[in-house]
Amino acid sequence: MSSEKLTKEEAKSRFEKIVSDITRPMTHHYGLNVWIFILLMILSLFGYAYFIQVRDGLGVTGMHDYAAWGMYIANFVFFVASALIGMLISAVLGLSGQKWITPITRIAEMIAVAFAMIAGLVIVFDMGRPDRVLNVFIHGRVQSPIVWDLTVVTTYTLISTLLLVLPLIPDMAIIKKRLTNAPKWQMMIWNMLSLGWIGTPEQYKILHRSIRALLILIVPVALMIHTVTSWLFAMTPRAGWDSTVFGPYFVSGAFVTGVAGVIVAMYFFQKNYKLKDYITDYHFSKMGQLFVLVAMVYMYFNFNEFLVPAYKMKSGDDHHIMTLFVGSWAGLFWFAQIFGNIIPMFLPIFKYFRKPMPLMIIAVLAIAGAWIKRYIIVIPGQLHPFLPVQNVPDSFHVYTPTGPEIAITLGTIGMAITIITILAKIFPVIPIWEVAEEKGIDKETINE
Amino acid sequence: MSDNKEKKSTSRRDFLKSGLFIGAAATTGIGLFSSFTTPKETKGEKVKVMTSDGNLVEVEVNKLEKPKVPKFDSASLDLDELQKRGREGIAGKKWVMVIDLAKCRNARKCMDACQHAHHLKPEQHHINVLQMQTDENLAPYYMPKPCMHCDNSPCTKVCPVDATFKRQDGVVLIDNERCIGCRFCVAACPYSARVFNWSETIDEKKDNNDTYDIELNVPQKKGTITKCLFSADRLRENKLPYCVSACPNGTYWFGDRNEDAVTNGTTGETVRFSELIEKNSGYTLMPELGTKPSVYYLPAKDRVFDFDEEDKKRLEEERHHNH
Repeated sequence: MSSEKLTKEEAKSRFEKIVSDITRPMTHHYGLNVWIFILLMILSLFGYAYFIQVRDGLGVTGMHDYAAWGMYIANFVFFVASALIGMLISAVLGLSGQKWITPITRIAEMIAVAFAMIAGLVIVFDMGRPDRVLNVFIHGRVQSPIVWDLTVVTTYTLISTLLLVLPLIPDMAIIKKRLTNAPKWQMMIWNMLSLGWIGTPEQYKILHRSIRALLILIVPVALMIHTVTSWLFAMTPRAGWDSTVFGPYFVSGAFVTGVAGVIVAMYFFQKNYKLKDYITDYHFSKMGQLFVLVAMVYMYFNFNEFLVPAYKMKSGDDHHIMTLFVGSWAGLFWFAQIFGNIIPMFLPIFKYFRKPMPLMIIAVLAIAGAWIKRYIIVIPGQLHPFLPVQNVPDSFHVYTPTGPEIAITLGTIGMAITIITILAKIFPVIPIWEVAEEKGIDKETINE
Repeated sequence: MSDNKEKKSTSRRDFLKSGLFIGAAATTGIGLFSSFTTPKETKGEKVKVMTSDGNLVEVEVNKLEKPKVPKFDSASLDLDELQKRGREGIAGKKWVMVIDLAKCRNARKCMDACQHAHHLKPEQHHINVLQMQTDENLAPYYMPKPCMHCDNSPCTKVCPVDATFKRQDGVVLIDNERCIGCRFCVAACPYSARVFNWSETIDEKKDNNDTYDIELNVPQKKGTITKCLFSADRLRENKLPYCVSACPNGTYWFGDRNEDAVTNGTTGETVRFSELIEKNSGYTLMPELGTKPSVYYLPAKDRVFDFDEEDKKRLEEERHHNH
């Protein structure tokens, strides 16, 4: 950023200021207790609801034979979508030489790791026999998209974790020398993750090379996690799912969700962690532009996904399209389309809406729209199968989520936020060494 | 449970009565394993039989012998043996069902027999008699809908643990000892043929000590799938499926496509499968999906009854509601 030559003293004092700015929230806990209390409440509620579900069976949910997949699967798709952001920010933008992403890469990776980790659990909570989860390894069939999904989500979680941990190495070395008053376990983690970093040119070379290799590796894996997740639906012959654009449609939707997630997290950390000097209006403006771009791509696939069958009105599709456009699902459908796609595509074009507050509000609504969109993709199609739904209770014609079901879903979101909270508490949310380097501070000062 | 079974079997006709199901001695030097003839055949007449390698040869009826059907006593088999034979299926068979829509008058005896045999709840249907009317200008009709036992089955493809699988005799079964309850198969089935045990099953407490028979899928288990099995346990005993033999209206034909013969569950009459399909323009459901069902339908032409007036009204309301 700055090319001026700093004196040794200047560099040192600037660097110490960066370190203390970024690490202050790690030692000062503004309102953390309240936050943790809320999270614990959500998690206990989850625990109770899941106990009931295991005891009484999936019958405690609103699911039935004509909506065999409900909120859980919709939530799973949402989680996988949110996890994709790590790859977009770090890999796609990073590899293409975008410098402005430096302060937000770690936030993106934390979101990716948290959501990817919990995504797998969401599937377990959806299982009728969670006690048999190991059957997937014992009897796993390579022909099943679930096995593909399991494989890629695990791989993605692993690479994302590495992409979080590797750039942390120099930061760990910086922190362990300075935050000496931290609890012992925290010191141990920092010491362990610093991996003996002293900042030699050789270490820099290895670090840069391995990060680059992972960034390249994560692109196809990230595309696969959401493509394969879309195949859970597209590989079946059911109306509303039987689509050839589902892969890219899901991936493009995931980018919108992910960008929105990062904007909300940026806003939270900027305000709550007092990082105004690092996460600036410029970064929000850039994210706003990115929002427009990914929403445009998503719009393209939305058109393909809905306009093509709506033009033909094939039997099966006709009913599905009508219920979404003007029928019983129209309210949710148009909410998802307007707030999840149209608004993020148009409003951030104007400078005013790329300011932190307006952009954050647009992002929150986009996340709500994104969640609802997954709900709409998963459920309505099942309620209108090819053959009539007859000789079953009237309640089988609709799907109404129950209390335990909602509690478990909220619980999984609570888990992901808990992971992010913990990560953001024991690790700096902004890469200190990278930001310092960009501000023209020499490697020697950084590693002193 | 075995009491009920006993009682039921008296009201049902044996699948292929003795004399219908004939094994041939090795008169031609090739191993003839089984054949199919109609009851009219008498001694001295010649009959066409199929060899194990699929050739049709003519042999004299009196040279034929009854096949030695190995007697299984299901009760004495342990879980491993039941699982093994259940997964393998019956060699040389390709079971098919033909449903004559002109005959079905919605008596629902098939549904009752099925639910009783498989310990199902009232809302759980391995076979479901649907009231069909695809267009307001088309005549309504009743359509029993079991599992189609597709040769290109979307459900078995997606199963992550091989809990649902297709056997060599074409039957699609479910192993509730292995099922993880992911319900991917329910989502994948275009015929809505699959049912899940969402909560405690009706006879869970009572059945608990019974050995699980994969060919009957009893005891049912909470958190696992259940589905139409073509009554694989009955096929094992050379009997017709529960639904087929319970029908009072002659709607169902069931048999072996390899032998090209199907038997009517009500009349006991046996005919050539290919002729039945050809003469009546038989078809399969949703052929455009490429699922290749093992269940065939004969069109509801010249129906032997009228569609119920009440049902007509209900269908009209349903159509109205949908549009």
